[in-house]
Amino acid sequence: MGILRYAIYRFGTMLLTLWVVSILIFAIINLPPGDFLSNQIAELQATGQSAGVAKAEFLRTEYALDKPLWQQYMIWMGFMPGPHGFSGMIQGNFGWSFEFDAPVSEIVGDSLWMTVLVNLAAVAFVYMVALPLGVLAAARSRTWVDYTSAFVGYLGLATPNFLLALILFYYGHRYFNLPIGGLMDPIYENAPMSWDKVKSILLHLIVPTFVIGTSGASAMMQRLRANMLDELGKPYVETAVAKGLAPRKMLTKYPLRVAFNPFVADIGNLLPSMVSGSVLVSVVLGLQTIGPDLLQALKSQDMFLSGFVLMFVALLTLIGTMVSDVLLVLLDPRIRYEGRK
Amino acid sequence: MSQYTDDRFVDDAPYDAEAALQQLERKDLDAPNWILVWRKFKTHRLGLLSGVFLLFCYLILPFIGFVAPYGPNDRNSEHLYSPPQNVKLFHEGQFLGPFIYPMTSEANLETFQWEFSPDLENPQKLRFFCEGAPYKVAGLIPADTHLFCPPETEIPFFLWGSDRLGRDIFSRILYGAQLSLTVGLIGITVSFVLGIFFGAVAGYFGGAIDWVINRVIEVLRSLPELPLWLALSAAVPSNWSPVAVFFVISIILGLLDWPGLARSVRAKFLSLREEEYVRAAEMMGASSGRVIRKHLLPNFMSHLIASATLSIPAMILGETALSFLGLGLRAPAVSWGVMLNDAQNLANIEIYWWTAIPMLPIVIVVLAFNFLGDGLRDSLDPYQQ
Repeated sequence: MGILRYAIYRFGTMLLTLWVVSILIFAIINLPPGDFLSNQIAELQATGQSAGVAKAEFLRTEYALDKPLWQQYMIWMGFMPGPHGFSGMIQGNFGWSFEFDAPVSEIVGDSLWMTVLVNLAAVAFVYMVALPLGVLAAARSRTWVDYTSAFVGYLGLATPNFLLALILFYYGHRYFNLPIGGLMDPIYENAPMSWDKVKSILLHLIVPTFVIGTSGASAMMQRLRANMLDELGKPYVETAVAKGLAPRKMLTKYPLRVAFNPFVADIGNLLPSMVSGSVLVSVVLGLQTIGPDLLQALKSQDMFLSGFVLMFVALLTLIGTMVSDVLLVLLDPRIRYEGRK
Repeated sequence: MSQYTDDRFVDDAPYDAEAALQQLERKDLDAPNWILVWRKFKTHRLGLLSGVFLLFCYLILPFIGFVAPYGPNDRNSEHLYSPPQNVKLFHEGQFLGPFIYPMTSEANLETFQWEFSPDLENPQKLRFFCEGAPYKVAGLIPADTHLFCPPETEIPFFLWGSDRLGRDIFSRILYGAQLSLTVGLIGITVSFVLGIFFGAVAGYFGGAIDWVINRVIEVLRSLPELPLWLALSAAVPSNWSPVAVFFVISIILGLLDWPGLARSVRAKFLSLREEEYVRAAEMMGASSGRVIRKHLLPNFMSHLIASATLSIPAMILGETALSFLGLGLRAPAVSWGVMLNDAQNLANIEIYWWTAIPMLPIVIVVLAFNFLGDGLRDSLDPYQQ
């Protein structure tokens, strides 16, 4: 079986997982008693505004909220024709946000890309920090380099993300004049892409990336260090040293290659917690990702919006995991293509 | 000692083959497992220290009312955002015992803030073992004796400052510990029960059950936790009592945590179920439940406890994050996350930095759990060198 077939197989399982996840998410967003519209109708009736009631009733039938739950799910996903024929998630219609009175796709809009961008930056940060530090900590184990990195790592794991965000923001602004809040300067908000806009985004990304990536980076670093230490104790390393290989070359050429595999595979385990972190940090720092949208939607029971955001976040992690799995097979020829037997 | 003709010196005592084994080793071989674990754990200084610290924290929880000078929701409307006060011992070079300088407040009409300054002329001694706000020991026995109290009721004493409603942050941190520390324990219990049950069933029976449980584990593990926590806690009706919300939140935290545990339980079971003693038990007619409970689980219970210790911090942090975002515990309940809700924006932290103090106990407790877990994990296999 070739790599291509494995990739296709992996893609298939991802779709299946996504399907299960969609059921789960639909169940969760329907957990709270009542829905946004029936709450609104009750409120309008209490205050005697009949015009609004008619609109809310119209929206209810429009989005099939008066149907039984399983039908609602099928229509939401687009497996079953709703009041307007097949028009659900898989057809690219994400539903209507009652809170903002606009289509979901319009509300999330750019923030989808910003979410992807923030998470990509965080993953890049994890690799860039964990790789050199992990190798260094292993090569110089039981020296101050090792202890310092372990200490920083522990702190990174123990400090709640949102606090780290607030602290770094404060000091970043005070001493390095880093911008506060948002993902870009307000003047670029609706401006077309330009070099200045990119620069502004990059500058704004520094603190969030650091905050989201720190705990992941410290976990990754500790694992890489442990793997490297295992490898460094093996006889072939001794042979290499005895033959007079330069320490740096010896490190990078053999043990690192072996220790590298878990490094790639681990990103699949780390991604969920990093995406979690990015949601939280976005809310605290006011980044224009889908984090604040999600919180808002959940608080007001705006079910289509929160459902879509949850689905998107899940999709993001699933794709990340899939890519890391395929990369791992590319990197390590010893990996079997089939699933576990 | 006697000298032989060939110049050898030999002890007169009769030879005993058993004694050849050193006293210490003999002890080691006979000692029960937990003594060996304990002996090894003792060498792990950081872990031991953390363990003692955490034990102290949990033991003190029922008696929090005694240590805290104020109740969690006692307000002092004269002292909003009062800064932390130092306890001093010497007044103008003279030893007075623990005392404080009372804070006098003054409105600054330019910044529209209350400005507090200590009245350096007027040292006031703290009282000890004194009567104060009534509280209940362990929620049962009413009492009103406190470890220390402010000098007079008119002169409040805020060790770590007061918050926007004039409540004592020090007392609130202590009361907050009651919820913040137990949330992890309840959560881990839920996660433990689910994890062991599903992991054991999957690993022991294998086949179709194993496949299904494995897929569920994979799905749950591939999902970001926080958004799901948020979604689940958003579903908690807002008219529930704080206690009910607290239990539901801790169960929610546990509900998404079990897959990791179940996976390691399953892996262990897969290898252990082929052992001879399992087959022997089965042949003697032991039911699957008995084999799992009596023969398999005790094998790696200690391992499970270590990994549980390592996942409690995640729950404490989870509760903090949820409450911080306003979807977890709700005021009047006091937890560290609820308190940090006040420190949500930068301006607040910059002006009233002491509202962010609750982050210290969070960091310390989470670190302590991590160290304790590491120490336990390292010492659980006493035969490993």
